[in-house]
Amino acid sequence: MKLTLKIWRQKNAKAKGSMQTYNISDVSPDMSFLEMLDVLNDSLIEKGEEPVEFDHDCREGICGTCSLQINGEPHGPDRGITTCQLHMRKFKDGDTIVIEPFRAAAFPVIKDLVVDRNSFDRIQQAGGYISVNTSGNTQDANSLPIPKEDADMAFYAATCIGCGACVAACKNASAMLFTSAKVSQMALLPQGKIEASERVLAMVDQMDKEGFGNCTNTGACEIECPKGISLENIARMNREYLKASVK
Amino acid sequence: MGKFEAKIPKGPLAEKWTNHKNDINLVNPANKRNIDVIVVGTGLAGGSAAATLAELGYNVKTFCYQDSPRRAHSIAAQGGINAAKNYQGDGDSDYRLFYDTVKGGDYRAREGNVYRLAEVSANIIDQCVAQGVPFAREYGGLLDNRSFGGVLVSRTFYAKGQTGQQLLLGAYSAMNRQINRGKIKSYTRHEMLDIVLVDGKARGIIARNLVTGEIERHSAHAVVIASGGYGNVFFLSTNAMGSNVTASWKIHKRGAYFANPCYTQIHPTCIPVSGDHQSKLTLMSESLRNDGRIWVPKKKEDAEAVRAGKLKPSEIKEEDRDYYLERRYPAFGNLVPRDVASRAAKERCDAGFGVNRTGEAVFLDFSTAFERYGKEAATSKKIENASKEKIVELGKEAVEAKYGNLFQMYEKIVDQNPYETPMMIYPAVHYTMGGIWVDYNLQTTIPGCYAAGEANFSDHGANRLGASALMQGLADGYFVLPYTIGDYLSNDIRTGAISTESKEFEDAEKEVREKLEKFINLKGTKPVDYFHKRLGKIMWDKVGMSRNEQGLKEAIEEIKQLREEFWKDVRVPGGTDEMNAELEKAGRVADFLELGELFAKDALHRNESCGGHFREEYQTEEGEALRDDENFMYVAAWEYKGNPSDAVLHKEDLVYENIEVKTRSYK
Repeated sequence: MKLTLKIWRQKNAKAKGSMQTYNISDVSPDMSFLEMLDVLNDSLIEKGEEPVEFDHDCREGICGTCSLQINGEPHGPDRGITTCQLHMRKFKDGDTIVIEPFRAAAFPVIKDLVVDRNSFDRIQQAGGYISVNTSGNTQDANSLPIPKEDADMAFYAATCIGCGACVAACKNASAMLFTSAKVSQMALLPQGKIEASERVLAMVDQMDKEGFGNCTNTGACEIECPKGISLENIARMNREYLKASVK
Repeated sequence: MGKFEAKIPKGPLAEKWTNHKNDINLVNPANKRNIDVIVVGTGLAGGSAAATLAELGYNVKTFCYQDSPRRAHSIAAQGGINAAKNYQGDGDSDYRLFYDTVKGGDYRAREGNVYRLAEVSANIIDQCVAQGVPFAREYGGLLDNRSFGGVLVSRTFYAKGQTGQQLLLGAYSAMNRQINRGKIKSYTRHEMLDIVLVDGKARGIIARNLVTGEIERHSAHAVVIASGGYGNVFFLSTNAMGSNVTASWKIHKRGAYFANPCYTQIHPTCIPVSGDHQSKLTLMSESLRNDGRIWVPKKKEDAEAVRAGKLKPSEIKEEDRDYYLERRYPAFGNLVPRDVASRAAKERCDAGFGVNRTGEAVFLDFSTAFERYGKEAATSKKIENASKEKIVELGKEAVEAKYGNLFQMYEKIVDQNPYETPMMIYPAVHYTMGGIWVDYNLQTTIPGCYAAGEANFSDHGANRLGASALMQGLADGYFVLPYTIGDYLSNDIRTGAISTESKEFEDAEKEVREKLEKFINLKGTKPVDYFHKRLGKIMWDKVGMSRNEQGLKEAIEEIKQLREEFWKDVRVPGGTDEMNAELEKAGRVADFLELGELFAKDALHRNESCGGHFREEYQTEEGEALRDDENFMYVAAWEYKGNPSDAVLHKEDLVYENIEVKTRSYK
């Protein structure tokens, strides 16, 4: 396959960026999208040019490091996957592919396609935990039966990989899907109910401070989420927030 | 220099850890506030250690190269975590878990350490549930278990195919609680590039800020290395792209012994290599071996026809299929340990029975499972005289409920539907049992420097059983290290803050800067990956699943030459004072090029086959591994002397008092 790539290049956080065009040939349909970028980078290095900086690590769709807005969609055209799981067979010979970083005020660009997502960490630090010591001197795990349905729902919420696709997909750059996934996981479990009010207030407060926008229920986040985190979590967070606010 | 002494407590096996905990010195809470600890790596071991140390009252600094602690590669572990809870009432116990782990490790692990691991395993589950980790449950609300390779009980706790993710997010949440309290300072996108020793003790690190390129000095009273394994020395592995040996290698060069580097786990169920562009290999959970049957064609002409695309696997008759694991190991069948399953796959492929274009793949077939589950479902749904098609359809639904996400992952990568045609799998590098040598307290031979999780060598011997890595990482971090480190730090209560202005810090920083500049100034012609791929090929071909004397000697020479070439011809673009992924990679590959040689040297000296280390010269007539307990029942701990070839071997003899050392048999 031969492709034309239009890639966002930006020297550092302060520099002004721009789109640059690159032509690449010998792309195999079995390559992953990031392997295609590896090939581009190796050719740039051999030509004495600077390679394109992009975030990636596990390359199996679980660490949440890779990002990329590909032809306007977070993680590209396929559904239920991250960019590292996207394969070139989803594109056609001769295609032009536009590659940009995730765009949001709370995700400033560091370099090229790399953005700073530490705002997500700060939301988690504000309350995304259960205040239990790690001593191991807790009660036996089976002394607290949890209905399978609740445990399963908590699990599905907990599968969020924190990649930020929800924010990049949202016209308001809202982090509601991300924040609500953690709030839901904890609120659904008896262990997490004890601090549920403090948690939801603190996490939403931090989310607002970071400059994420509000939710207007368009649902783009759910569609683009590589893990299929459900909008129901946002509804649950709103209920938790309301409950906590009128307490 | 610290002592090379295992320090396993005396007394009966089951009382060692309790007695030891009662004997060690404690630090009072007020003094803990004046003591700093650095933790490098924030996976299961590092994250859990950092959270627990901070909770105890120490001031903790964590370092990770990722942009968040939550992204450490522990997150990718799929299958589960073992614990001797005996919830299934199938006769499990601490002793059984201990026994299975020592046997699984081919009698090359320490009894004392492994028993402690088994002992604290149950606490891990309690702890994680209290933290809100959503393990799989049964309809009665209690925790569910499944079975893994090399054992005859169901002791594996799991969260679908994402157990590592859920456990890591649990540790990450415990860290977040301490970050919020100000007890942990988390440095993300930071890479440790050296350890700093003052008066022979670990007193800090030099780290590079990967965003700005700044070189930073950080001091502490103790340093914990929890930076994972070194499987990426093979270039292609199931590790994350950034996984590296640098932290471990730097402390090795400063005096920490490196133990059993040649013990590598090759995981039997990975998606085969598809082409030269490949950057990483993807694992398919071992849990698939609960229901999938592994086979190759019995007739060579069938295998050739399958490779040429002229014959479909489904067209091969039952009697023409060789279920070679069931044939060779009737007792354990498809659930033999990983090393045994991997070698058996290689043996069949080398003999010409491989089933993909490259001839390096075997089938993992669920058709029997479809029928078995389908019949069960038809019975429970009271469908009489169900047709074969109906049964298979019901069976596929049942298999999808169990392994749906894995089947989907396979289809995305390979572009074949595993419900219609058997999966193709092949072994790939997955985990390294070898690592930094530590004593019973997890202290390295550098006083004040500790190693936890995959980075140390301690618990898995020559082969790790499935679902034991998560157990060990969390055991080290939550329950072992926070106690044992106190014994050392109790001597530091009057030390006060460690200055970063000393000559030791200055020298270490200078060395780091010079090395980084050197990479940039080399201005060679080839990118880092070019060298990394070549190193990987040498390692895989000559130091991989099976090894022999001649190949290992060649590998040592080839790695040496490649290292020289690298230092002449590598091209690292950009500068040192900016984000520069190529510069990061160059540093990591430079260390792999040294480790690779020590790895081969260790494999060459170990004239026996054990666990993941298979030497072709040492096998039984049936092709099983042949140990030499008389001469090699020891831990090989290597001391750095300037060049990998000059490394000096120290032996720690392994003593088995509570277990009878036998030939490992799964027949």
